[in-house]
Amino acid sequence: MSEPARTPAAPPPGGAAEDDPGYEAVIGLEIHVQLAARTKMFCGCELSFGEPPNTRTCAVCLGLPGSLPVANAQAVHLGLVIGLALGSELAPRSIFHRKNYFYPDLPKGYQISQYDEPLCRGGRLGDVRIHRVHLEEDAAKLIHVGASGRIHGSDASIVDFNRGGTPLAEIVTEPDLRSAEQASEWLKLLRTTLRQLKVSDVNMEEGSLRCDANISLRPAGSEQLGVKTELKNMNSFRFIERGIRAEVARQEQVLRGGGQVAQETLHYDPGSDRITSLRSKEEAHDYRYFPEPDLLPVAIDERMLAAARAAMVELPAQRAERYRRELGLGADSAQLLAFRPGLGGFFDAALDAQVASSPPGDVPAQALANWVAVELASRLDDGTEPGEGLVTPRALAELAGMVHAKQISVGAARQVLDTLVAHGGEPRAIVEAEGLAAIGGGEELAAIVAAALQANADAAQRVREGNDKAIGPIVGHVMRETRGRADGTEVARLVHQQLGV
Amino acid sequence: MGGAHELTAAQAAGEIAAGSLSAAELFEAYRARAAADAAAGEHGLNCFTWVAEHAPRDGAAAAAPLAGVPLAVKDLFCTEGVPSQSGSRILAGYLPPYTATVVRALAAAGAPLLAKTNQDEFAMGSSNENSAFGPVRNPWDRRRVPGGSSGGSAAAVAAGLAPWALGTDTGGSIRQPAALCGIVGLKPTYGAVSRYGMIAFASSLDQAGPLTRDVRDAALALRHMVGRDPCDATSLAFPEEIAEPAAERLDGVRLGVPEELTGEGIEAGVLDRFNAALASAEELGAQIEQVRLPHAPHALSAYYVIAPAEASSNLARFDGVRYGLRAASSSKADGDGDLIGMYTRTRHDGFGAEVKRRIMLGTYALSSGYYDAYYGRAQRVRTKIAEDFRAAFAQVELILTPTAPSVAFGLGEKTSDPLAMYLNDFCTVPMSLAGIPAISIPCGLSQGLPVGLQIAAPAFAENRLLDAAHALERALAFDSAVAHV
Amino acid sequence: MASLARLALAEEEIEPMARELSAVLEHVARIGELDLEGVAPTSHVVEVTGALRPDEPRPCLPREVALAQAPAVADDGFLVPSPQA
Repeated sequence: MSEPARTPAAPPPGGAAEDDPGYEAVIGLEIHVQLAARTKMFCGCELSFGEPPNTRTCAVCLGLPGSLPVANAQAVHLGLVIGLALGSELAPRSIFHRKNYFYPDLPKGYQISQYDEPLCRGGRLGDVRIHRVHLEEDAAKLIHVGASGRIHGSDASIVDFNRGGTPLAEIVTEPDLRSAEQASEWLKLLRTTLRQLKVSDVNMEEGSLRCDANISLRPAGSEQLGVKTELKNMNSFRFIERGIRAEVARQEQVLRGGGQVAQETLHYDPGSDRITSLRSKEEAHDYRYFPEPDLLPVAIDERMLAAARAAMVELPAQRAERYRRELGLGADSAQLLAFRPGLGGFFDAALDAQVASSPPGDVPAQALANWVAVELASRLDDGTEPGEGLVTPRALAELAGMVHAKQISVGAARQVLDTLVAHGGEPRAIVEAEGLAAIGGGEELAAIVAAALQANADAAQRVREGNDKAIGPIVGHVMRETRGRADGTEVARLVHQQLGV
Repeated sequence: MGGAHELTAAQAAGEIAAGSLSAAELFEAYRARAAADAAAGEHGLNCFTWVAEHAPRDGAAAAAPLAGVPLAVKDLFCTEGVPSQSGSRILAGYLPPYTATVVRALAAAGAPLLAKTNQDEFAMGSSNENSAFGPVRNPWDRRRVPGGSSGGSAAAVAAGLAPWALGTDTGGSIRQPAALCGIVGLKPTYGAVSRYGMIAFASSLDQAGPLTRDVRDAALALRHMVGRDPCDATSLAFPEEIAEPAAERLDGVRLGVPEELTGEGIEAGVLDRFNAALASAEELGAQIEQVRLPHAPHALSAYYVIAPAEASSNLARFDGVRYGLRAASSSKADGDGDLIGMYTRTRHDGFGAEVKRRIMLGTYALSSGYYDAYYGRAQRVRTKIAEDFRAAFAQVELILTPTAPSVAFGLGEKTSDPLAMYLNDFCTVPMSLAGIPAISIPCGLSQGLPVGLQIAAPAFAENRLLDAAHALERALAFDSAVAHV
Repeated sequence: MASLARLALAEEEIEPMARELSAVLEHVARIGELDLEGVAPTSHVVEVTGALRPDEPRPCLPREVALAQAPAVADDGFLVPSPQA
């Protein structure tokens, strides 16, 4: 595995009184990912989003008497892909277990999941170790009827089984996270990774990515784990971060007050920024796990391994490493391009286009990186991928090449880019059409520089005397005359040349 | 038509194919007999929970292998649009939107649905006294039980009210009623027949099988039941075709008799008939040997941990949410009142005492802190039992025991002592735990009531099993038509 | 135990049920006598692995059929009392 990506370090433990120990937050995440298969985990119902209620069900996912589950081969494949990407150990033989409890969104009265023989064990992503990855089926959707549409205070609920049975991969981390910020950043890294692997849409708004947090506190420096609480139902990165922060603060307050943290399941309300208890304490949590007798063990064979390997892509950390090492990109550019696959892909394509053009371009990688990561990125609408826009990698490479060859100024190039983004097209044609060609080498610029020197004799004199800062007005004059088409560096060079300094 | 009901299924199929019998008339004859029993209430056998109102519109072509010979099917097999309640109040009025694979396969082979048969609720029982439809009566003596849980199927076949029937066997629920009713009942190798559409009791044990008048019919039915079903992950392709059994001798066949299942706990009269059957086998050239199944005495205990455990989970879906009974809420209209109350009242009202007992047992056996001692342990005992059989089959080809420890007992005789009722299964349960095939054939009468002989074989050795059963059946010449209504 | 299984038992049912269960438990506890050191539990009688389903859509039930047997329906869904109501 290549060098792990860096995520923001944990902030130091919060404000300690003189004799109070600092507390360290210990956070683990449980992530549920809806897998990008066509059908459900244990039946052939086609997966969909937003269909009318109860139109995507069958005997199996409705839990009708006599129905039996049959595991989805593609879901197993996607689970293996996740495991491989995370560097997990893939179990040669894993089994499904029944997790028994009663709830209206659970048609069989049990969920088919995996217990002590999961598909994948161990692994790592960035700073965080993975505990396990396993497969299971999603519950159905419970809609609470009543004024607020929320569970508290509603009399009745309606169950929609469309979602029930959707294949899920559950990824459980070790409690390696130390702050809400770090957790949120790491989760984004996971999302990017999974998206690149195409194993899931990983869209929090649509529910294809869900995250619960296990949070405990311990005195800084202690090795023992404190009592942990489970924080559920946070459905955006922002809420996850705020929720974890709120819970850490709450636990700290409890502990400082001399109290004990109770092990319970909690809910974060973003509206009030408060933590409330989700399950009553009497609720029995005995799931009575036992091996699912209706399903056979999943054995991984060579064919399945080969298929999983074939699905591997260059992951962000590896890509950043490659950019630094092979292309000499600076750490920040490398990170940015590697962790935004849309930009990274565009950058790679621009590099390729440059090589493929005749003659081959010679814009340095870092310069091209800046054009993509800074200039292009800032011009894209939120959420638009560069590949979806009207600028092609080849066009950008060409534009960068023209700047590098001083055929246009940087300022002019930015204008061209605006046009490319808005309307597409070819850089050369746009330069031609808008009259943006640089006044570069040759007589024309030299003549304008000479005229500028004459018009700014005092400044010229000061530059001649060694005060280079005085060059400003002279360059400004040239720029006005050329309407910004002169290359600043070239102007300065001509000024110095003509002044003999 | 008189006497058409005396024909075995194979005979009837043959006559229909030959043109000397009309499939439609045969169906109607059976339909009328079944309907008459259903209408007779307490004076009937109460074998049926539903009877077809008419013959199938599209009659099976005479060319189809089973030629249109009608089939009675245990209530727990889902039959599209036809009530399927597994003998329980909790599924009152339930009409499945699909048909069980094995029922579809047999219908496609030419055996249309005649009726649904009565059974112990959720297949839990050995006497068919646990049904929401009331007890079934044994055609040999109507004051006695037919056995269970496939009591309705067994009684129907024994009484000539159906040419053959489908049942299910989890711990003996095909074999034991077959024995008590003097007919043939076969439990196939686990996995040989699809379970899709069978309302589940204990998933790792349940198997569908035929109840028939003779061994040849059992083979004929099985032939069209076996096969891998993509809807059942635990089903397997049967390695060979089920042949028509033809053996008349048992020369050189080594038969094992386990002392653990052929001595203590078995009624004297049953043992007599069993030993006589062994003598018949020897006359046919078989070699009888002692075998040991050292863990067999613990099979019943293991079974009554594993089966209820799986059942407690399988029956969790009966919660009043999507189908079946929902108990009237204690407060105003549906949708008001508490959820947990809905669950508990529904299940209290919908399940009978035996089912409740087993759910509680099963829940306990799986619960945290007890799993290792009960369920975990029982699954280990199961491994040992399977090993015992493998070792025994290295020595002998087939294993023989009495099917049940007694002849049919009186209605109400054992209902107040669950443990006494469970003991009915002690000869059949070991084979269920090991997943191996076993058949019961009638081998004589004791106190005027039928006694069953159980023959067990290694997994997938059904052909050998059926052949041996056929030879013995011929030699024993048991007259089952005595009980015909 | 009854609560875990969502079974309400009436007053008069509790005592006999407890008695019957104890008797059965005593009997099944016999398996505790055996030495099962090193014996693997049978989780599946069938000694085969695999049996995975290709990821191809199969027809779904029409909604009316899915809801046909439901005790209570509202807004095209199964109506139930709310949890924790």
